Amino acid sequence: MHAGIIFFLVILGSILFHIFTPWYWTDIASNWKGMDDTITLTFWVGGGVFVAVCLFMIYCVFKYSYKEDRKAEYKPEDKKLEKILTVATTLGVAALLAPGLIIWNQYVNVPKNSIEIDVMAWQWGWQYRLPGNDGKLGTTKVVNINDDNPFGINLDDPYGRDDVMVQSDIINLENNRPVKILLRSVDVLHNWYVPQFRAKMDAVPGVVTYYWFEPNKVGEYEVLCAEYCGVGHYAMRGGVEVQDPNSYQEWLGEQETFSDLLAKQNKEIETKKVAKNNSNIEKVIYKEEK
Amino acid sequence: MSDEYENKSGYQAQSSEALTGSAGSTPDMDYVRPAELPEQDLYHGHTFLTKWVFCQDAKVIGVQYFLTAVFTGIVGLILSWLMRLQLGFPGLAGFITAEHYYQFVTMHGMIMVVYFLTALFLGGFGNYLIPLMVGARDMVFPYVNMLSFWMFFVAVAVLMASFFVPGGPTGAGWTLYPPQTILEGTPGSGMGILLMLVSLALFVIGFTMGGLNYMITVLQARTRGMTLMRMPLTVWGIFTATVLAMLAFPALLVSAIMMTLDKVIGTSFFMPTILKAGEVLEYGGGSPILFQHLFWFFGHPEVYIVALPAFGIVSDLISVHARKNIFGYRMMVWAIVGIGALSFFVWAHHMYVSGMNPWFGFFFATTTLIIAVPTAMKVYNWILTLWRGNIRINTVMLWCLGFIVTFVNGGITGIFLGNVSVDVPLSDTYFVVAHFHMVMGIAPVMVIMGAVYHWFPLITGRLLNETLGKWHFWATFLGAYSIYFPMHYLGFIGVPRRYYEMYDSPYMTSAVGMNEFISLAAFLVGAAQFILIFNIIKTLKTGKPSPKNPWKANSLEWHTSTQPPEHGNFGERLPVVHRWPYDFSVPGAKDDFIPQTTPPSEVAHTKVEKT
Repeated sequence: MHAGIIFFLVILGSILFHIFTPWYWTDIASNWKGMDDTITLTFWVGGGVFVAVCLFMIYCVFKYSYKEDRKAEYKPEDKKLEKILTVATTLGVAALLAPGLIIWNQYVNVPKNSIEIDVMAWQWGWQYRLPGNDGKLGTTKVVNINDDNPFGINLDDPYGRDDVMVQSDIINLENNRPVKILLRSVDVLHNWYVPQFRAKMDAVPGVVTYYWFEPNKVGEYEVLCAEYCGVGHYAMRGGVEVQDPNSYQEWLGEQETFSDLLAKQNKEIETKKVAKNNSNIEKVIYKEEK
Repeated sequence: MSDEYENKSGYQAQSSEALTGSAGSTPDMDYVRPAELPEQDLYHGHTFLTKWVFCQDAKVIGVQYFLTAVFTGIVGLILSWLMRLQLGFPGLAGFITAEHYYQFVTMHGMIMVVYFLTALFLGGFGNYLIPLMVGARDMVFPYVNMLSFWMFFVAVAVLMASFFVPGGPTGAGWTLYPPQTILEGTPGSGMGILLMLVSLALFVIGFTMGGLNYMITVLQARTRGMTLMRMPLTVWGIFTATVLAMLAFPALLVSAIMMTLDKVIGTSFFMPTILKAGEVLEYGGGSPILFQHLFWFFGHPEVYIVALPAFGIVSDLISVHARKNIFGYRMMVWAIVGIGALSFFVWAHHMYVSGMNPWFGFFFATTTLIIAVPTAMKVYNWILTLWRGNIRINTVMLWCLGFIVTFVNGGITGIFLGNVSVDVPLSDTYFVVAHFHMVMGIAPVMVIMGAVYHWFPLITGRLLNETLGKWHFWATFLGAYSIYFPMHYLGFIGVPRRYYEMYDSPYMTSAVGMNEFISLAAFLVGAAQFILIFNIIKTLKTGKPSPKNPWKANSLEWHTSTQPPEHGNFGERLPVVHRWPYDFSVPGAKDDFIPQTTPPSEVAHTKVEKT
């Protein structure tokens, strides 16, 4: 079989695969439709160039395959053709770059009305913190983290007291309300990624990184860690539940705040003290009986 | 010892007429400036050790580099089989634990990029071809060149030793991102990572010795008449890649040293305050992102260190086998140089979602897409070289055509990933894996294979079997294409890379069948490489002896005194160059090729345009 035929079938097969593929994007559930659109545009332009270049190559292979009596053309340079191709390519590339940069500009500028969520990552798990009634998250430090202060909130920061703590790998979000994800890690790199939201960013120990999106479809989604973080990387899953505002408020009301936790701990300390006293008393009684 | 130095300095002062000596020509027409320097003295080994082991002949060193690199490549190939076994058929091979899987991923990546592709193109083809193609008797520093190979050999030995130390090789991913690389929780975070860092440092030291040779040989040791703009594009590609490597590898060396210090004596170059298993570790103030900047400052030029020699070689192969001059030679040269220069301004496109300042994204997306323009020009020039050519559809040409298809495919997906906001949903997914395997895995391997079939007669004096070669090509090309083309679509679904297992995630259940298919294709492609090994063994034993210059090429390596060339390459007298290496099918010429050594007076009646 002529080599050109096989190459042609490969290109044809690629086009058919793209048209009929059952494997494609998950349904988008956030505001980042612009990313999908830019990908589609790049597919048309880039795919068109790929097909055109390959078909031209195949045409040459058919038309100019070796014949003893033919002589190839001798023409070292064609300035005009080279100039046309350079200009056309530059224009094409610029046309793809422009929408990419416009959307990136939206990506790095977070809307004012977005709610901040502290996503804390470690090997290998997630937990979340939401601002309380003051609308602000308290500051944190890695060295503060212990059983009594799972998020490492600075105790002298007044904004931290009413922070809502979600000690679970599942977080609920309010539909149609932009969220600013503030990422932090206590050990290695991680990345909080939900394919349906399209957006992602690494969590880097030592700094707080961010990105934003606006969920626009009620439902449950899986969170994947998208930056290699050691041997448990593949098992570092979490979840997101996007709810309508009423259910979300209901859920939010059920969550514990940092002051709730502190109060509970104080109570526990009190009970422990009482228990200790009681046992002391018992001991004393026992002693006396003796 | 019977080794001796040979003095050839008697030849340098002769005029060009005496050297070229074509009868009845006008002397001015064939005039070539006399040599400025006397010829170098060569050290001829006579014992087995000095001839074949610690040899100073660049051709032998090239073959040594080639074989060592191929050995690491086979290790990398076996690792990829094991990975695909786990991904396609999870649990089938019970011995592959998550630790093992990540070790396979890491070692496969590092071996293929650094120890296989880089060593093969620069150490292998660079050593063999540079002196022959520029008309030199050897590299300018043969002794340092020998040391370079043995340093590489030690680096490979150290790397392979890490498979056998307690804890095994590092499983940190080939990018070695801290902090996880040196913390428990990553496989091989003890001895494994240390050996990896030591091996990389040795590789850089060894490579620097070789790189000096390649650069200075090209700049200083070209024969009379071999101007820079008459060099074959192969030499241009390897030369530019070497310059890139000399500038980029120091960043890798620095980051390897700093990470070793973080690991061994507890400095904090890359280590911030870390809480591990409830304990705060004794690190603080370091920046993990700094490592990523250093790594990719090396890592992106590294892509072009592999790609530029491939660009150069494929240009020559296409031109020779299409019997047509390479289209737009000067544009090709400037594209190679331009791509090389630009490659130092695009590194952070690997880091769009790394947590660096997001405003960097605008700059690096722009520079990245600018680099697409010279790259596209090269593609146009390759296909325009085929246009109106007289194309031999032999094995070498098939590999070149396979290269064009896979390279354009991988280049286009590069425009997706370089375009910052498009990268956001696709980064860290299988789309990335598919992209870089297509563009810097399969495409360069296509060129390597083409080059092996093309230059095998020069190196051994025998022609490889064409039928076996075609089977080898089609199995490799069709197999590799069906691995990586559908893999892009896994990335669209959102399947993240570096996942040992997906369980029953909804993203993955739809792709189980495709994963099995990809794995089967991967097994086939790997097995198909044994066709080449069989072909080589068969040819060495019973193959057809090759006539001299079997492809009717113009460049100097085919015009040596003997084939295969002896030590010193060109016999008594060095060749004198009168033209570029692409004078194919010149109107009026007797043959369809005019070698670079043909003086103008001999082809005065032809319409030679460019010399």
